[in-house]
Amino acid sequence: MKFITATILTVLLAFIAGILSFSPWWGFAITSFLVAILVHQKGWKAFLSGFLGLFLLWAGLAWWIDMQNNSLLSSKIAAILPLGGNSVLLILVTGFVGGLVSGLAAITGSYLRVSSHK
Amino acid sequence: MRIVPFLVSAVATAGLVYALNRPLGSLPMAAGKFLSPQYGFWQNAEPASKSFDEELSFSGLKGKAEVYFDDRLVPHVFAENDEDLYFIQGYLHAKFRLFQMDLQTRAAAGRASEFAGAKAINFDKEQRRLGMVFAAENALKEIEKDPVSKAAFDAYTSGINAYIGSLREADIPIEYKLMNVKPEKWSNLRSALLLKMMAKMLSSGTEHDLAYTNAKAVFMPEELNKLYPQVPDSLLPIVPKGTVFEKPAIIPVQPASADSLYFGKKDTVSVKEISRPNENNGSNNWVVSGSKTQSGAPILCNDPHLEMSLPSIWYEIQLQTPVSNAYGVSIPGAPFIIIGFNDSIAWGVTNSQRDVKDYYEIRFKDKTRKEYWFNNQWTAARLQVEEIKVKGGAVVFDTVAYTVYGPVMYDESFQGTDSSGRGRNLALRWTAHDPSNEGFTFYKLNRAKNYDDYVNAIATFQCPGQNFVFASKNGDIALWQQGKFPARWKGQGLYVMPGEDSSYMWQGFIPQPENPHAKNPERGYLQSGNQRPADSAYPYFIPGTYLTARAITIDNKLAAMTSITPADMMKLQNDYFNTTAEDVRPLLMRYVQMDELNATDKKYLDLIKKWDLNASADSKEQTIYNHWWGMVTYGIWYYYANGLDSLTRAKMVKPTDQTILEMIIKDSSCLNVKLKGKTVKWNIVTSSLKVTSGFFELRLKKGNGLEWYKTNHPAIYHIADASRNSLLPFARTKLHIGGNNDIINAVKGSHGPSWRMIVHMTTPTEAYAVYPGGQSGNPGSKFYDSFVDKWVEGQYNKLWFMREGDKTDKNVKWVMKFKKG
Repeated sequence: MKFITATILTVLLAFIAGILSFSPWWGFAITSFLVAILVHQKGWKAFLSGFLGLFLLWAGLAWWIDMQNNSLLSSKIAAILPLGGNSVLLILVTGFVGGLVSGLAAITGSYLRVSSHK
Repeated sequence: MRIVPFLVSAVATAGLVYALNRPLGSLPMAAGKFLSPQYGFWQNAEPASKSFDEELSFSGLKGKAEVYFDDRLVPHVFAENDEDLYFIQGYLHAKFRLFQMDLQTRAAAGRASEFAGAKAINFDKEQRRLGMVFAAENALKEIEKDPVSKAAFDAYTSGINAYIGSLREADIPIEYKLMNVKPEKWSNLRSALLLKMMAKMLSSGTEHDLAYTNAKAVFMPEELNKLYPQVPDSLLPIVPKGTVFEKPAIIPVQPASADSLYFGKKDTVSVKEISRPNENNGSNNWVVSGSKTQSGAPILCNDPHLEMSLPSIWYEIQLQTPVSNAYGVSIPGAPFIIIGFNDSIAWGVTNSQRDVKDYYEIRFKDKTRKEYWFNNQWTAARLQVEEIKVKGGAVVFDTVAYTVYGPVMYDESFQGTDSSGRGRNLALRWTAHDPSNEGFTFYKLNRAKNYDDYVNAIATFQCPGQNFVFASKNGDIALWQQGKFPARWKGQGLYVMPGEDSSYMWQGFIPQPENPHAKNPERGYLQSGNQRPADSAYPYFIPGTYLTARAITIDNKLAAMTSITPADMMKLQNDYFNTTAEDVRPLLMRYVQMDELNATDKKYLDLIKKWDLNASADSKEQTIYNHWWGMVTYGIWYYYANGLDSLTRAKMVKPTDQTILEMIIKDSSCLNVKLKGKTVKWNIVTSSLKVTSGFFELRLKKGNGLEWYKTNHPAIYHIADASRNSLLPFARTKLHIGGNNDIINAVKGSHGPSWRMIVHMTTPTEAYAVYPGGQSGNPGSKFYDSFVDKWVEGQYNKLWFMREGDKTDKNVKWVMKFKKG
């Protein structure tokens, strides 16, 4: 239950951070960190919530945008990056990068909660 | 003891964020931000079904206005007054083309290093030393002198800034994200800079002063005349042959010292020009009167040949107020319609190719360059310190000395030191530096009703000199070569001139009414294709980089046509006939030594013999001809420049194809090669064919076809992709189209017809056009390159000249409403 709550909160707060004009692109690292403090889970579980939350958000948003754009831009960017022009790969990479930052932020939060209790 | 893992993971998180905030590999963007679907490139992926409907209010507007977009995303702007009209034009330019305007005007001002880093420093220095900002500032004063002009430019600038002000970071064009740069606010000076960019493009490469100076050092005067003649034998000038010109108002006088200090001086310069404009900048335009058309109404055609970029240099638009209504293409970064038509007239432009830029040798007192010798005394130079900001590097400073002529472009501190270590100081005299308001010509043309209005509109246009073609609904046709052109004594400005006194300065300008022009000629048509504007009867000395062949093709075709329709004109704009080859082929056939050819050589010879002379996309013959004749021209030039080392030759310029062709016609002995006093067995035509056949046999063996487009490489690159490989996915390459620079359909590599327009002066006006691009500058929009395929195929869009009553027409796809707020 905690896992699902944490993951959903991670998604929601990261999305809100992403539409706040003053927030930098990595604003979600702070919200994922906070979620891990609020909804405490053990290290690897916190990481997984954080990772999954951002992976779902970023890959999901990218997929939604890409579908409406008929992969016009993603195929070009995937050729520049270079990912062989593969839009799906680009969506996965997008999700993975967001997930990694968020997961690390979450595990940091998880460790903080543990240390503050002792 | 969770403090250690906490610190480790905290550092890891911060480290990762930091790393993702840095450039990714060779690309300067911040990787994490770039990938973020809420900040990065995903935000530029425009939904295919995106609506452009919007209601906007800006305090800078005076009243209400609407923009109606058709299905090609062409805006039809209906405003209540001029200010709102140009405010909205600025807004739309910024909305759809912000990056290109920003990049181009920064590059014009010598600020490319802000985008590209250290590799652009020399480019930037040259731009500054060319006096681009100096020129723009002089133009700005002129622009702001006239209240109507100032109001239009002010409103245009406000419109751009209104858009920039409304931009969220996530919405900035994708190129900014890739390059990690921010948009910069607009100003009237930046519009002036854009017009000076055009001046540089079209009037700074139309001279060969440095190359000719080097040729003068090794060739005798009669040889120079032969290699670089002023009037080609086969010229078909803009102003019909036989036109009687008035007595010139100015007769410039050659300085007494010219024979010794100028013509007779044998001194080379080894200056290296960094960004010389492409020699294939040019264009076609022509107009036929009602006597030659099926409808009885004139038809006007124009296709400017420029670097074809994505986004395109052109943006299609209709601009209407209760008192004016014009349609055509504009250049993002400047207000008005540059090429187009209104309810009464149509107009178009080609480049004049006239030389309006000269170099003067300056003698400085010392290395500080504070004083130079002029008219028997040391004269103070104005020293301007240029500050060049470099992305990822330290600021670079450069000091430019301004003289009575203009800026010293090359000196010891920049490109001016020759191999012997001697510094040369070359000051520029260029008409683009003179105060002028070229933009206002277009303001007036947009509103012109007849021939007199047209002449009045173009009369103040100074630089770059253009051939303005004209047609009106009342049946007039005309063509004026318009610009501010120095009245030169014969030979003045062909070479670097002595700058130590005023005797070599320009003595005046050709009075505007004496510019070459023609109106309603009996033959019923007028044309220009970058040829010399008039034959030798024109009373002024007018050097330039003219091209003869294309205009001959146009003239021949137009002369033969009757009962012309717009469809005929479409065919003509896409014509592939190779006039040079028509003249060259008989010479190749006559001088090739048949008994020296083997079977393979004969196979290629046969193809040329049977060729229909069209340089179409799949023509193998054009490829073979291009190689064979190219070898012949180089062979003759190298042999002519025999005894000169390749470095010396490289500092000169090869005579034009037209000149070499006429050299062979006059005296074929130039085809024979002598080595150590003995004539070599194979002449240049034969040996060139043998090399060509060997070359293509090898190519065929490798499995590469001989189709012309595989050699010509027609392509349209992204505007910021100077290297032509970093943003290839934003380009359109391997286009299946023929042509060449001396062919009417002048596609040569990434150069070619950047806008093809045909206007039939019927009521209502019937117009067709196409450009190799699309209305949106966003590579993530389906409108980014939506006209390219049509352009390749030689098809056209029928232009919708929207009327007040069409606001509910089915052609209207989206409406953008503007009001004061």
